[in-house]
Amino acid sequence: MNGNAENVLELDDLSVAYRVGGTDRLVLRNVSLRIGRGEAYGLVGESGCGKSTAALSVVRYLPRNGSVAGGHVRLDGKDIMGLDREELRRVRAEDLSMVYQDPAKALNPSIPIGRQLAEVFEIGGASAKEARSRAYEMLEKVQISDPARVMGGYPHQLSGGMQQRVGIAMALASDPKMLILDEPTTGLDATVEAEVLDLIGHLRREFSISILFISHNLAVVSRVCDRVGVLYAGMLVEEGPTDRVFRNPRHPYTVALLRCLPGGGRRKSSGGLDTIPGFLPGLGAIGEGCAFADRCGLATERCRTERPPLHDLDGQMSRCHFHDRAQSLPHTTRHAPDESREPPAPRRPVLRVQGLNKTYGRDRAGGGVAAVKDLSLELKAGQTLGLVGESGSGKTTFARTLLGLIEPDEGGRIELDGKELAERVGDRSFEQTKSLQIIFQNPDSALNRSHSVRGLIGRALRQLGGLRGAAMDRRLKELAGSVRLTDHHLSVSPRQLSGGLKQRVAIARAFAGDPSVVVCDEPTSALDVSVQAAILNLLVELQSERDVSYIFISHDLGVVRYLSDNVLVLYLGRVMEYGPSEEVFSGPHHPYTEALLSAASDIGDAEDGRIRLEGEIPSAAAPPSGCAFHTRCPRRIGSICDELDPPLKEAQSGHAIRCHIPADELAALQVQRPSTLSRPVSAERRDDNGRP
Amino acid sequence: MTAAEVKTGIDRPVARPRHDRVRLVLRTLSRSGVFLSGFAIILFWVCCALFGNYLVPYDPLASDIINALVPPSSAHWFGTDQLGRDVFSRVIVGSRDILVVAPAATLLATVIGSALGLCTGYFRGFVDDVVSRLMEAVMAIPGVILALLAIVSLGTSKVAVIVVIGLSFAPNIARTVRSAVMQERELDYVAAAHLRRESAVHVMFVEILPNVIPPILVESTVRLGYAIFAVATLSFIGFGIQPPSPDWGLSISTNYGMINGGFWWTVLFDALAIASVVIAVNLVADGVQGAFNER
Ligand code: SF4
Ligand code: SF4
Repeated sequence: MNGNAENVLELDDLSVAYRVGGTDRLVLRNVSLRIGRGEAYGLVGESGCGKSTAALSVVRYLPRNGSVAGGHVRLDGKDIMGLDREELRRVRAEDLSMVYQDPAKALNPSIPIGRQLAEVFEIGGASAKEARSRAYEMLEKVQISDPARVMGGYPHQLSGGMQQRVGIAMALASDPKMLILDEPTTGLDATVEAEVLDLIGHLRREFSISILFISHNLAVVSRVCDRVGVLYAGMLVEEGPTDRVFRNPRHPYTVALLRCLPGGGRRKSSGGLDTIPGFLPGLGAIGEGCAFADRCGLATERCRTERPPLHDLDGQMSRCHFHDRAQSLPHTTRHAPDESREPPAPRRPVLRVQGLNKTYGRDRAGGGVAAVKDLSLELKAGQTLGLVGESGSGKTTFARTLLGLIEPDEGGRIELDGKELAERVGDRSFEQTKSLQIIFQNPDSALNRSHSVRGLIGRALRQLGGLRGAAMDRRLKELAGSVRLTDHHLSVSPRQLSGGLKQRVAIARAFAGDPSVVVCDEPTSALDVSVQAAILNLLVELQSERDVSYIFISHDLGVVRYLSDNVLVLYLGRVMEYGPSEEVFSGPHHPYTEALLSAASDIGDAEDGRIRLEGEIPSAAAPPSGCAFHTRCPRRIGSICDELDPPLKEAQSGHAIRCHIPADELAALQVQRPSTLSRPVSAERRDDNGRP
Repeated sequence: MTAAEVKTGIDRPVARPRHDRVRLVLRTLSRSGVFLSGFAIILFWVCCALFGNYLVPYDPLASDIINALVPPSSAHWFGTDQLGRDVFSRVIVGSRDILVVAPAATLLATVIGSALGLCTGYFRGFVDDVVSRLMEAVMAIPGVILALLAIVSLGTSKVAVIVVIGLSFAPNIARTVRSAVMQERELDYVAAAHLRRESAVHVMFVEILPNVIPPILVESTVRLGYAIFAVATLSFIGFGIQPPSPDWGLSISTNYGMINGGFWWTVLFDALAIASVVIAVNLVADGVQGAFNER
């Protein structure tokens, strides 16, 4: 059988197995797909669906216990499986390049970037001098503004976004036919991600290269790819032109996945998010029926006994018996607005912060790095304040200062229930400590790996709830039940749980002392969208039951909009905008908020008219003069922005914007964009490093 | 495949539970040639220490002046010393004291060192500065001088040797533990403990300590090798283990003058015995480290 010459890459009935505990388990089952010349194909799915395995098998980089159990991979008609070592080396060097999620891994930390890049050209046969100038050109092509400086530098001197640009430059240097991008923007801020995606789109046209784009992020895929394939449990369950698949999905899994996103301006008051019940089947543990049957609301007896074929629906494929009914998949949560949830006004304020500053490495001359600058806010009982901003905006520093884990500068004031809080947690009253708790971003770091789940929650109940013996056991059961942990979960170590379950443990622990304020520091940023939806539902539920207030830190504006009553936008530790969620999202916006919203657009949004932020967030050690945002502001009006720090002015009552442009002018400038904001979770796994 | 089995998907262990992790470490060790060979040698000497008395051909303490300084022969495999005592029997039984004193000293060093390391790593700042400077001072004094000073003031009992070696090795262990603790301290579970108002003692010993056990184990196995050497050295210069014990260091010390007379067998086998234990302990240490790294 010969490959079609028009297809640069063909996976033909590819199955891949991993050997685990002595048995082979299929992680990829009979996957067939083709990528044409100059085409961008997106492969999406949640963790564990086999998408990375697909990428690795194309370059034959499977881990030691992995093997191809059947099928073919053809690159330009050549069967990759049949190549000998030398031919394979040549293919990897010339025809095919890969860009990884972590660009730092692909770059050698101890060799200057220019050298590494030039080497690729030298291998391709260029002279040393020529290679250098081509390296320079390549860096220009990936839109690095100062190639000469970057070439002399080392990878660690660059930010994540710049590293990824260099990674792409390296991948393109050998002029490959096929580029595989494995989650290339995961871990980057939305603004940087938007730039990198623009770059990929641009280069694709310039080099007419074929792309296999692997991501868990549906919106990202929708922006880059012509066609998309959805993987579930190692099988391609749906495939088709991106637009059609996302607008008119024909497989219940795709439908469910799209519904999990807190997009379209959804708010918690309009009901819970849809989730996907149950769990992904274990490695290779699929019976004869449909792999999705156990989680599918449309499943019938037939689904459990007869594996659905891939139906061809005029260019769109769906592996479902009932593809025509896919969109009638029942919702898993009520969508009717819940009247009783609307807050009874007026609410009492629980937390008030006034003029909080945190400067790292402060010296007598007033120098140092201002991670949080003059921050004031108020939080009412039972409400959620969303805190947004890029990495380095001081979100996490603020959270830690609030909790008393970091000492703020003198002068600020934090009040909980009308009483001033001491700076350090050790000096606060016991009541105050237990009233103010946190759910950390990374449960692996937050849950002690040496203790069992029961021990972790039990200890919190003992310390914060003051409970002992039988009373504690009873409460432990209750609490575990309310975050949906079973007895089985309690007896294991947190390391044995999946990400979502770990985060439930963290939530249970935070609620052990009946807190009045819980800081949620990006609690869902590392989770799959379906798991994220379940956690967000849980948080909303706990809030309505217990009247707890949240400070919800996130870079995902869809999530923030869904959860928050008020929103605070931080840039370089300064409040740029503050107000009721609906007003902040509907505008007028601060130019920075506008750019964030623009970078984080929804599936299927128009590409034109997007605002892009140029360059990097400046260092907090040397903040720009005047308006802190002026170095990147797309709406900058002139020297007044460089010289004078604008005041925080009220645009509407309760909605304040820090900008020299008056609110009504901002509103006029900002052509109303459709208010369909969401981005699926894109894990910003980096620490919010306001620290020097 | 039943539905129930399928459902367990993500629920299945993604990492191993604690006792499984321990089991994994043990399994790795049981497959490591390095570890096993070291372990076999140590096991051999432990058996000799426990049962040697019943196995040896001669009473290791009985002198037989007529047969003094007989070279190795079929009657006396390792020859006899100047009192006519059978060297083979003495070497076999000679592990008894050193295998008590050295591990005891290491244990003491581990306990003190871990406690110091936890405190300095956890409190940092002032506590760290003071304790670390003190420990550096202790480590800067040459070991033998330290030992002599201490033993002169403490006497020459085995207990004194244990205390001296224990104290002088504690700083090394403390340093390792301290750097491990400093890393752990940055993790959020420590912050979470502060937000529960846990005492410093709880945070150090209940939260952090279980997570720094692997480096502690590795470091103390390494120290055990040094301790054996140190005990032998001290008994060689006459401290700690006292005659008529057939201890190796002691035997070397009483007999080394004989080498000049060509009576090499009175010293060589004891020296080899010491070397074998030190090497064995180091093999074990390598194995343990490898097993933890693998995890
Ligand atoms: S085949 Fe059945 S179980 Fe599978 S997705 Fe379609 S309706 Fe659901
Ligand atoms: S003050 Fe000027 S630079 Fe700052 S946000 Fe407004 S327009 Fe932009």
